[in-house]
Amino acid sequence: MSDAVDAHRIAPADRGRDPLLEVRDLKVTFAGRLGLVAGLMGKKATDARAVDGVNLTLYPGEVVALAGESGCGKTTLARTVMGLEKPKVGQILFEGNPLRGNLREYRRRVQMVFQDPTAALNPRQTIYESVAEGLRIHRIHRSGDGLAEEEMVARALSRAGMRPPQRFYLLYPHELSGGQRQRVVIAGALVLEPEIIVADEPVSSLDASVRGEILKLLLGLRGELDIAMLVVTHDLGLAWTIADRVAVMYLGRIVEIGPTEEVLQRPLHPYTKALLDVVPEAGGIDRPFLTGEPPDPTRIPPGCRFHPRCPEVVSGAVKTAGVESKCTGTDLGLVELAPGHSVACHLASAAGGRGSAPPPD
Amino acid sequence: MTVLSVRDLTVTYKTLAGPVPAVRQADFDIDRGEVLGLAGESGCGKSTIVNAIFRLLPKGTKVGGSVELNGENILEMKLGRLRAVRWTEASVVFQGAMHALNPVQRVGDQIAEAIVIHQQAGEREALVRVGGLLEQVGLPPRRLNDYAHELSGGQKQRVMIAMALACNPSLVIADEPTTALDVMVQAQVLTLLKELQRELGLAMLFITHDLSVLVEVCDRLAIMYAGKIVEEGPAVEVFTNPAHPYTRALAAAFPSIGDHRFRMAPSGLGGDPPYPGDVPPGCSFHPRCPVAFDECSVTDPQLYPSGEGRRAACLLAKDGATLAARGE
Repeated sequence: MSDAVDAHRIAPADRGRDPLLEVRDLKVTFAGRLGLVAGLMGKKATDARAVDGVNLTLYPGEVVALAGESGCGKTTLARTVMGLEKPKVGQILFEGNPLRGNLREYRRRVQMVFQDPTAALNPRQTIYESVAEGLRIHRIHRSGDGLAEEEMVARALSRAGMRPPQRFYLLYPHELSGGQRQRVVIAGALVLEPEIIVADEPVSSLDASVRGEILKLLLGLRGELDIAMLVVTHDLGLAWTIADRVAVMYLGRIVEIGPTEEVLQRPLHPYTKALLDVVPEAGGIDRPFLTGEPPDPTRIPPGCRFHPRCPEVVSGAVKTAGVESKCTGTDLGLVELAPGHSVACHLASAAGGRGSAPPPD
Repeated sequence: MTVLSVRDLTVTYKTLAGPVPAVRQADFDIDRGEVLGLAGESGCGKSTIVNAIFRLLPKGTKVGGSVELNGENILEMKLGRLRAVRWTEASVVFQGAMHALNPVQRVGDQIAEAIVIHQQAGEREALVRVGGLLEQVGLPPRRLNDYAHELSGGQKQRVMIAMALACNPSLVIADEPTTALDVMVQAQVLTLLKELQRELGLAMLFITHDLSVLVEVCDRLAIMYAGKIVEEGPAVEVFTNPAHPYTRALAAAFPSIGDHRFRMAPSGLGGDPPYPGDVPPGCSFHPRCPVAFDECSVTDPQLYPSGEGRRAACLLAKDGATLAARGE
């Protein structure tokens, strides 16, 4: 399997390179809204803390999956990395330099692939125009290796698997299938020769049989062009298929991060375990899962933000380990419990990591 | 006891560009207490089958074959009888619970409406039953006074399920009941559906493109491609040991976490599903099939027996073996 070899070329352990992107203590809030009556009564709106203190590093050529329930802040984090939302606190560093002021150059080097290609493409633009648009916005008339616009578009399209590219130039998005449209969106990102691609649920709107091809394409780009990727997904199976590392988010914060094999096979955080429990699998659904809806980012619980839903609190394991008061009272950050594998859980910390992990099945 | 028996169902839509065959010779049975999963990609004809069962297809659509519900052919029913049968014998949990509820009517009244219309009860009595139904789907009965916007996505889907059960049907069709829901809520709704189905001994037709969900909930699976059922059999066996190359490709889109065969090795099919009006000759899957051979472009395979209680429409399955057994 050549793909697999490529992937392990950049195994997190032997990553000797400087980080490409660093997110430091990032916080993003959205202003709360009040009804007229509540406003007149002098109540104050609470802000939604969509991203609430995230640290994340992305190395060149690395694929990191950002997983969690809807409303956990994963898309907001991705959008903030793109410069589409302004952080309230915290910094984003690209090649060691904090982002500020003019983001034009940054936006060329960091490209986004959205969930729904049909919505991402202008229906009245031809495929050629859609792909070339980025070049025109960035006023790039010739590539680093001396290609003209048309050659750059052709190269991007064929790298995205649209071959021969000339056949697609004059088509409109409605003439393509869903998978082809997503390839065009990816070509539009590639044409600018980015170093990072941020992909928000890149295959969830595509048909099942087409998904694998798009994932293969993304992995191939990483192998061939050394592009780093931040992939937002709710699908842990997808993370298993393509990610070097997985970061699990809950209520605006990363609660567990580490190498994919570690996090998905030896999860340490009860929330990660719960997420893995609900992955549908052959053999029935008699299994525990979290009750209730994902909580409200305007009312983040004190202590560990997961404690009101935590199965370990319900089961009494937390009490036995003597960390109950910490769970309900002390907020905590990520603690590295195994090489590269960090988790924000009092119980896991008390057990020294390995002790509380279930054996891999 | 067979609740739903579909025989040789063929649905052809009338369009400006000519007739478009959306379902071709579909054949399946669902027994009491059995869940059949129908999987396939968008445009493969899954929802057309649902609409055919309820006779909700647009005027001018040609429907052939038969759909027998508790022994009566729905396709030949008089309109009055059809109205009586809808919801009392067969009901649907639609996808997109978000939009299926009336925003200006209390959810209790919406559920009661079905009970009253089908003359099973007066309004007051109906509301009492609604309270019981809500309890059955895990909502406090007082929520019957709520409007749709006061409920979360998962709660709305629970209301839709209560609505489907309102008139004690023997068949419930769940059409993508969890697609718009979050992973955790999806698990809750699936568990609820499965529990109710067991408890009430319902026959159920479960439709989704998410094969992993089907394997979990269904007893049997039918896989559709380009309007035809291409494989059918016991759910777990079809998923883990497919006999049709298309099933195998679909299953690969839902990797099992921890299985190193999938790690850094996504697999998919080249090409796209055909447009229903322009299905390739021979086996409709052959242009995308990784194991196709010459005869596939000429001969349209029938469903051959491919194991105990299994059928597959693939020339390779003619000898009755699955793909793995042949070393493909």
